[in-house]
Amino acid sequence: MKLQQLSLFLENRPGRLEAPLSAIAAEGINILTLSLADTAQFGILRLIVRDWERAKRVLEQAGWVVNLTEVVAVDVLDRPGGLAEALRILEDSDLNIEYMYAFSLRRGDKAILIFRFEDPDRAIQVLTDKGLHVVDGEELMSFVP
Amino acid sequence: MLKELWNDAEGGFHPASAPDFLPQTALREVQLRRLRAVVARAYANVQLFRERMDERGLTPESIQSLQDIRHLPFTVKTDLRDTYPFGLFASPMSDVVRLHASSGTTGKPIVVAYTREDVEVWSEVMARTFASCGLHRGDILQNAFGYGLFTGGLGAHYGGEALGATVIPISGGNTDRQIMLIRDFNVSALCCTPSYFTHMVERARELDIDLRELPLRVGIFGAEPWTDGMRHHIEAEAGIKAYDIYGLSEIIGPGVAAECSAQDGLHIFEDHFYPEIIDPETGEPLPDGEEGELVLTTLSKKAMPMIRYRTRDITSLITESCSCGRTIRRMRRIGRRSDDMFIIRGVNVFPSQVEAALMAVEGTLPHYQIILTRKGGMDRMAVEVEVTPEVFSDSIRGLEDIRARLAQSIERILGIRVELRLVEPHTIARSEGKAKRVIDRRHEG
Repeated sequence: MKLQQLSLFLENRPGRLEAPLSAIAAEGINILTLSLADTAQFGILRLIVRDWERAKRVLEQAGWVVNLTEVVAVDVLDRPGGLAEALRILEDSDLNIEYMYAFSLRRGDKAILIFRFEDPDRAIQVLTDKGLHVVDGEELMSFVP
Repeated sequence: MLKELWNDAEGGFHPASAPDFLPQTALREVQLRRLRAVVARAYANVQLFRERMDERGLTPESIQSLQDIRHLPFTVKTDLRDTYPFGLFASPMSDVVRLHASSGTTGKPIVVAYTREDVEVWSEVMARTFASCGLHRGDILQNAFGYGLFTGGLGAHYGGEALGATVIPISGGNTDRQIMLIRDFNVSALCCTPSYFTHMVERARELDIDLRELPLRVGIFGAEPWTDGMRHHIEAEAGIKAYDIYGLSEIIGPGVAAECSAQDGLHIFEDHFYPEIIDPETGEPLPDGEEGELVLTTLSKKAMPMIRYRTRDITSLITESCSCGRTIRRMRRIGRRSDDMFIIRGVNVFPSQVEAALMAVEGTLPHYQIILTRKGGMDRMAVEVEVTPEVFSDSIRGLEDIRARLAQSIERILGIRVELRLVEPHTIARSEGKAKRVIDRRHEG
């Protein structure tokens, strides 16, 4: 149920984002979604890709420092209050979210959110118990045209 | 017949190493005899030495004991520049078989010369260096010191051959090929600068090659100061024993001193290079064991004798006997050079202090660079540190935390504020020779 996310350290200056993206593009690896977190001096690029093992290898051989993190994808109704409802469930269950970002694609009336939890296994348990749908890797691929 | 005596994998003994084990009295006799001869040679053939001795009312006969060396004038690096190119040669060019020159970051390089005998002595001390680091006939030695004007490449080459090792003269650079040959040729020993080897280790990891699984067992590193922390990192990452060697072109090149199996100080080949430690401020000799500037006199150099050459390297002499059995004295590893030091806001800073601070936080030494700038008359010091897999976590807070800890660690040691910047891997220029740790832009613009 958990997804493997690649994180890269980037300096916060012009042109830095392009290099790693080109490196994996050159290998024909498709990015499913990404997010950027940054400070004035540096940032972290987080990627969900089709073939994370190969992408990790490509990036490392090109000299990037790559960190592997487990994240959880959850689909929520794509309407006002859809996300708030999911967050309320997480809050009530005392689950700590380290960060989250939206998946770039949607399917039908569903939007997908990527969560980084302190304890991903417990989060999956709680979410499933509360009737939320956790999207696994294979299903995620089906979102991509 | 001689070959029978050569040291081998069973722990034999290389005859060239014999002087390492001379009894103290015999060693002092050899030193005095050679000192008197070299002073006489320098006085007779080099104008600068003659004038300086005359000024002090000294003649070669003034040297009656080893202690008398302290009366002789010092030689400094600028003397080599001022007499560029051949002014300090004591042999006619017809006897000079080799010239080397330093890279010299500013102005003219310095030139050094060797007669055939000098090349033989150099080969001998380098063979003793390698023997001291546990090498023997049958070892396959990859020589990644730069060949050319720099003394490292050819010095190690001749020494390796004299020892009876198989030398691969690959020179510096082309890291992927270095790693390929280490693997394909079953290389058992490698010599280069410690910073370049750190780069090789890093590259091998990217290529998914585990150096620990290869036959490589010894690394011989020199030409720049490095720390024990760096040694532990290299030894663990590459599965080797890492030895420090010391030398400088002005004296002969590599081959002045080398560690032994004890890895506790470097044995100075003092039958050829006479060491003194002086107070760098006053020039007065310091008692054994005290830290100061290393001064060396070449006892057997023909083409270019150096009398009391001030190395700018800070160390101390160890007089206690060594567990390896060598009787020649040791010096502590050079942690700093007096000319590596820079002054910022009135504080004397050595790059080794910054290294120690970074190492205290990360456990290993990351690639780093110190950048000095001036803004509005105020000096600023920035330290750029490359992010390593060990410290990179998928969280901004984690990175901010490591950044703050690195900055605090440096500030605690130096007592001045530094701007610490985390930078991407491979953004700090790698050196195939000596690493450039300090970029001083205070006088630009």
